[in-house]
Amino acid sequence: MPQRLRVSPARFRVSGDPLDAAEVAAAVAASHDGAIVTFIGLVRNHNAGRHVQFLEYEAFAPLAVKSFARIADEAAGRWPSVTLAIHHRTGRLQIGEASVAIAAASPHRADAFAASRYAIERIKQITPIWKHEHFDGGEVWIEGATADPEDEAARAAALERACS
Amino acid sequence: MLVTVRLFARLREIAGAAEVPVEVPGGATVGDAWTALALRHPELQAYASSVSCAVNEEYARLTAPLNDGDEVAFLPPVSGG
Repeated sequence: MPQRLRVSPARFRVSGDPLDAAEVAAAVAASHDGAIVTFIGLVRNHNAGRHVQFLEYEAFAPLAVKSFARIADEAAGRWPSVTLAIHHRTGRLQIGEASVAIAAASPHRADAFAASRYAIERIKQITPIWKHEHFDGGEVWIEGATADPEDEAARAAALERACS
Repeated sequence: MLVTVRLFARLREIAGAAEVPVEVPGGATVGDAWTALALRHPELQAYASSVSCAVNEEYARLTAPLNDGDEVAFLPPVSGG
């Protein structure tokens, strides 16, 4: 009987499909690792005093996927044993649905926790994805950080949060 | 020369299109393409200090030179996650 090949899912992905925590974890699972931390970002029913009805996510997908690979490279520079996978969803998401799934695998848990935190902080700083918030009484584009991957102060702030 | 400008989120709404052809002179920069577009759509000027950009699906600076046929993306401040 031929050996069954296990095809690893893509580590970096932007799509309209629902996210699956097990799938993002499987993308980084390796036998030398002792820990996988998964982070799932959810659509919340309130924001800045507004009652949120739903969110629409828009992405510049090719650059967003490249930003994920870049974030993983940055994380590997700080935590060489960590492997990251990042999946982000686009389109209309209801309250409670997952918008982003991150998995960080490492031989040791401390690095996996830190790298997953670093990844979500960096996504919010540089990844070209936007939330269009629909709330009771209106809608608004949420605008956070100016996307500049070479802004060293922003990178240092993300590292600081990851290590605190 | 002609470049294709891609716009996202609020910038797309202001311009009324996700993709806009923009004619710029030879030797123009990304910033020149932005200026040309902001002349057509003055509401874009509110983003002059917060916009970032990409050329041919790579992060770029507003000072980056353009070539005929380039795809330029203008990115309002991001809010993924």
